[in-house]
Amino acid sequence: MSSFSFPPWAVWLMALGLLAFVGLVAYSVRRNRGIKRTLFSFPYGLWIVVFTIVPLLLIGYYAFTDRSGAFTLDNFKTFWDSNFEMQKQLTQLGFDPVEMGVARGHVNVDTLVYSLWMAFLCTLICLGLGYPAALFMADRDFRLGPTLVILFIIPMWMNFLLRTIAWMSLLEDNGLINTLLSALGLPRMQLMYNSRAVLLGMVYNYLPFMVFPIYNALNKQEYRLSEAAMDLGANPRTTFLKVTLPLSLPGVVSGITMVFMPSVTTFFIPRVLGGGNTEMFGDLIERTFLMADNWNVGSALSLIMMVLIIMSLTLLRKVDPEGEGGSTI
Amino acid sequence: MQERPRLINLENVSKEYDGVRVLSDINLYIRKNEFVTLLGPSGCGKTTTLRIIGGFERATTGRVLFDGEDITDLPPYKRKVNTVFQKYALFPHLNVFENIAFGLKVARRPKEEIRQKVEKMLALVNLRGYGKRSVDSLSGGQQQRIAIARALINEPEVLLLDEPLGALDLKLRQEMQLELKRMQQMLGITFIFVTHDQEEALTMSDIIVVMKDGYIQQIGSPKAVYDEPRSAFVANFIGQSNIIRGVMVHDELVHFCGADFPCVDKGFGSNAPVDVLIRPEDLQLVPEGEGRLTGVVRSVLFKGVHYEMIIDAGEMRFKAHSTQMQPEGAKVGLDVIPFNIHIMQPMPVQEALLEEEST
Repeated sequence: MSSFSFPPWAVWLMALGLLAFVGLVAYSVRRNRGIKRTLFSFPYGLWIVVFTIVPLLLIGYYAFTDRSGAFTLDNFKTFWDSNFEMQKQLTQLGFDPVEMGVARGHVNVDTLVYSLWMAFLCTLICLGLGYPAALFMADRDFRLGPTLVILFIIPMWMNFLLRTIAWMSLLEDNGLINTLLSALGLPRMQLMYNSRAVLLGMVYNYLPFMVFPIYNALNKQEYRLSEAAMDLGANPRTTFLKVTLPLSLPGVVSGITMVFMPSVTTFFIPRVLGGGNTEMFGDLIERTFLMADNWNVGSALSLIMMVLIIMSLTLLRKVDPEGEGGSTI
Repeated sequence: MQERPRLINLENVSKEYDGVRVLSDINLYIRKNEFVTLLGPSGCGKTTTLRIIGGFERATTGRVLFDGEDITDLPPYKRKVNTVFQKYALFPHLNVFENIAFGLKVARRPKEEIRQKVEKMLALVNLRGYGKRSVDSLSGGQQQRIAIARALINEPEVLLLDEPLGALDLKLRQEMQLELKRMQQMLGITFIFVTHDQEEALTMSDIIVVMKDGYIQQIGSPKAVYDEPRSAFVANFIGQSNIIRGVMVHDELVHFCGADFPCVDKGFGSNAPVDVLIRPEDLQLVPEGEGRLTGVVRSVLFKGVHYEMIIDAGEMRFKAHSTQMQPEGAKVGLDVIPFNIHIMQPMPVQEALLEEEST
């Protein structure tokens, strides 16, 4: 069982939120002399307060406190130096950590850098595969377009975990691919438990999130626009570069957001396909919370992740200020 | 009018979509500097014809010649033709200046030349100083002008216009009609104009091509098409008309509604069934007993310039336009002078029935 408990003020805060909610409903009913349409938005408001705002405050609270609840920045120091805790204890016991051979631990920072790099690669590959696919699907003259759309959607109806585990049976040492290889007289290959396998799993799972925003942007584009460009003397390549591509950028931005965000925080895929050799930041956070049972450090890591995501979103928002491609998420 | 050289030639052009024929054996030539209108109800193939000339559709069979050269397989960006699209198709990510400059930029013209030409075009369409505006901020009429400027800046030999005035209100439409005509005459460019509005066609065109169900029904000047329609369809589509089944007794005498009428048409044979066309404004209302026919006024509508009266004479129901009002229920005489009677080959019965069903 967890040794952590909610700080009493969190419980109070939730109670206060509930009270405020009831008060607000009563006030609204009285002022409008009856039930107005705005009233129906209140349940969602309550949901937001209880399950989003309070937990966010809790993450902030845990990140800046130690187990006793006192203010500290040690959790962030632990992110920078995973041996920080051990060094502190050694110092308290009168040892010199450097002499004891306990140097700075790079694990946490390295995992973050690795995650960002993997997410970047995954986004890049998804964009490279997804844009042409979306282009085909949205092509009016390509009759298989609608079929292709369905083919992309069908795998999404299956459970995410199942899809990932399915890859295992393909890539395993005795999996389908290796069985096929040896049947053909070719040497077996080590396909699993490396970064490539993780990347494959990520691309497989996140590709639709790249394809569909781009497909939507292309599909709603008036086909007469590219006809107009050709009419004015632009060959197909120029037409694509000057009209089709710039008008689909909101979809691209949205696709990048939808792929990059879950990619950075990916967990489970590295564990299944990477076999523990390739821990990503999402796994690290999960491990810190559940295995190490350290909510303080876990919260600090989550907070760092959140700040990074907010920063990258702000950057993307600059490209697509109107949030046309739905990148308002 | 002197004979101008033929610029565009459509030879036996047909088009099928999934086995459905939308254009049948179109033969049409367009001379230099002509204002040609393709006129017909929706689905008649006029837009498809235009798109084949523009290069956006490929004819299933037949050839398209431009200045004597076969351009049937030439892609749109290699044709000396520019198009004003139905809903303008302005580029939403570019401002007014960039929209108009698009053709020149693609052709990699020098910056200074582009600037000068765009300014000239903006002046031509009365939108000086609008260059920096976004196209979304413009009214329909202004967007229309930008679309025309964008198409004209490439100095095409032929401008294709696909129902360009359809989205404008009546007053603006009439203004633009005059303006387009003015531009066409000033620039000396061939215009091919698609519309379903017969009045627009009559006002603007040198030549009207009337189409129906993928066939060309008649080609001629507005006056010829109005005064001498070759079929009941053309007569009905262009202007209002009374079409009566009659019998050609012999040359210059036709029998309908139980009376003989002298006319000016000949060559239909003797005792041959024909369709007789009388325009509502050509029907003379005379005191009872003085005309060849007698009728009763069923209804009267005030139309501004004239009254429109529905008059029953025997089995036939006539529509008459006159500045003199006859009250409902009045008995009147009806007559037509020979010159205003127009004889046409009869429409096959089946087609005539279909025609009635659809109206």
